[in-house]
Amino acid sequence: MSVPQYRKAAALALVAGLGLSLTACSTKSDDDDANAGGKVTITVDCQPVGAQKELLQNWNADVVEFQKQNPDITIKSVSVGEQCNNPPDFTARLSGGTMTDVFYGYMTDLQQVLDSGQAMDISGYANKDSIPTWDSVDPALKEVFTDNGKLYAVPVKNYSMGLVYNKVLFQQAGLDVNNPPKTWPEVREAAKKISALGNGIAGYAEYSAGNTGGWHFTSLLYSQGGQVLTPDGKKADFNNPMGKQVLQNLKDMRYGDNSMGSRQLLQWGDLLTNAAAGKVGMFIGAPDTTQAIVSQFQGKFQDWAMGPLPGQDGPAKGTLGGGEGYFFKKGLTPEQVKAGLKWVAYQKLTPGKGQFDYVRAKPQNYPVGLPQPLLFANGSEAQKQELELRKANANVDTANFALFEANPIPIKGEPRNAQAIYAVLDAAMSGVLTNPNSNIDALLKTAEDKVNQLLAAEG
Amino acid sequence: MAITTAPGSVREAPRPASPARPARTGLGRKVRDNLTGHAFLIGAVLCFAVFSWYPMIRGIVMSFQRTRRGVTSWVGWDNYIRIVNDPSFWTAWKNTFYFTVLALVVGYVVPFFVAILLNEFRHARGYLRILVYLPVMLPPASALFLFKFYAYDPSEAGLFNAILKALHLPTSQWMQSPEMTMPAMVLASTWMNMGSAVLIYLAALQNIPGELYEAAELDGAGIWRRIVNVTIPQTRLILLLLAMLQIVATMQLFIEPLILANGAGAEDSATSVAYLIYQHGFFQNDLNGAAALGVIMLVVLAGFSAAYARLTAKQD
Repeated sequence: MSVPQYRKAAALALVAGLGLSLTACSTKSDDDDANAGGKVTITVDCQPVGAQKELLQNWNADVVEFQKQNPDITIKSVSVGEQCNNPPDFTARLSGGTMTDVFYGYMTDLQQVLDSGQAMDISGYANKDSIPTWDSVDPALKEVFTDNGKLYAVPVKNYSMGLVYNKVLFQQAGLDVNNPPKTWPEVREAAKKISALGNGIAGYAEYSAGNTGGWHFTSLLYSQGGQVLTPDGKKADFNNPMGKQVLQNLKDMRYGDNSMGSRQLLQWGDLLTNAAAGKVGMFIGAPDTTQAIVSQFQGKFQDWAMGPLPGQDGPAKGTLGGGEGYFFKKGLTPEQVKAGLKWVAYQKLTPGKGQFDYVRAKPQNYPVGLPQPLLFANGSEAQKQELELRKANANVDTANFALFEANPIPIKGEPRNAQAIYAVLDAAMSGVLTNPNSNIDALLKTAEDKVNQLLAAEG
Repeated sequence: MAITTAPGSVREAPRPASPARPARTGLGRKVRDNLTGHAFLIGAVLCFAVFSWYPMIRGIVMSFQRTRRGVTSWVGWDNYIRIVNDPSFWTAWKNTFYFTVLALVVGYVVPFFVAILLNEFRHARGYLRILVYLPVMLPPASALFLFKFYAYDPSEAGLFNAILKALHLPTSQWMQSPEMTMPAMVLASTWMNMGSAVLIYLAALQNIPGELYEAAELDGAGIWRRIVNVTIPQTRLILLLLAMLQIVATMQLFIEPLILANGAGAEDSATSVAYLIYQHGFFQNDLNGAAALGVIMLVVLAGFSAAYARLTAKQD
């Protein structure tokens, strides 16, 4: 071959190669495989990652067992990272149309999922036949995933926030581990004593970055009896004595007592890393933050306990709740939807199986005995079974969470446009936590104006 | 040396058309004659088309649409109106311009003088170059985490605060102080990126004929006069090019606020335009608004680049 022919051949190969690469990048519909030979195949996300050894083993064992029981269904598991719904990744997958057939999402994701046009109405499929415990699932949770009377996801977890505290630091500071603070003034006093231990320990820690500051401001505001938006959702409703009290409490602890540590602008992972390292006395969070502290940040279960969210002068008037569920991708065949529901029912909603297989979880480094997920309605058959199993197999001291469980606080959901509002409220939270001269009135007024502007622009 | 032309190559002398074949059109012939070139070109054009031009056009189209309930509709300028009314819009632009100006003052000037300094060294020049270039080899995220956790720790255990304390100077809250957020980000960014600029400047400096400096020295020019009258004029093109690249790059400020300030920073002091795009696109269920802000940024940068090209063309 002459030199120019080589060049032509190389050029053609390059073009062909590029074409092939592009073809390889394009997505292929799995529809042809979905029902091949009477077998139904579904893809499901949120498979634990390799680093979560035992959780991954459990998941894979569930898949094997489920497929054994349902030989006509094939489950293709997809892992999307340790945090199944990291918001930017979730949005990218949703926008790119690469969600699995059955995909995990937060309760607050419903609007986004509906806007993307990728959620399927499963109202006609979700019932006692497809999910044996369906009637026991808390109706309020089903309602969260319902829009215009249509159900778009099956709830699989629910949580509410309380006061998480480190028992070891409580003991060292001379505080009663069985009597955590019940009001914000008590939290302040306890934080002062814990931070006096020195060694960079924060008595109380709080978020103020990456939208998590606004998220916790919301919960703190609920504890005061406030709300982020007016009931019609059209105006900000936090620039009032309750909102001011939230920020004043934090400012007093941060600069009045210097009991919140010097490192601020914390996000979820930052705070939990510090907590696992024994540098945080108290913070607000859901029961499963203790699980994250242990499984992701190398902390110890026995160090942690939980009480109800404090209120200003007595019990909190409200707490923030949230949860997660599984959506079904639009365009699935009825057989695929039924198969997906069967899988979710098996792995997430059956006492003794999947996430409720407490016998299996007991010897593993995952907690059994946490007051979570609050999935089944009070007094329902499934709840009774789940509680019995939980009690019989608890591997954490349930007494650590007894106060939290015994003092339920009214749960309130997140406001509409939650993330945009949280981004605005981050500035107010970071203001009081990083500036000793911050003006709370001005911070709240600015945040109020911004949220109103945002809501007006949204229409 | 004899120059030979390979048969069939583009340099081949035109052959008379065979009477058996129909005459080719001009375009077809051109394509055939340059088949190799075109084939290679297709690869590059496809890459640009798929990974640059298509997303750009798609972004512009999206900025005039709104997707709700899976239905995409044309909404005219609504996204632009909404994004301009975003409470953080002007803050983001103000922060971005502030960072750009600071980065131009520090991040542009410092590497030039470091390059001049390195150029003067007679010994260990290679080692010094490696030292200066080393931070560029560090992944940006790692470099920024080093700054975040070691240098900018607001306690007295932080590297910079320890140094300040040793010098009996007041310590700083660094990223937790709205006033220090931008200078701290510029400092980290300059440290991370300086190596590449220094190497480019060094290459330019080494192309300056030594006689020019000798002549200047004979005329009694000191070091400053030599820099002003020889070095800067001789490296003017490189200086101008890097100035434009620097401004375009710094206007797209993103990873520094994301890592150093965990996003918006203390009281929104780190919110940049690119970070606001990210917020809208990935947190606020508003890809269309993000696209509109992206287009606004594109227009601003294109306008700047056009003005720059016009100005430099006039100077040439």
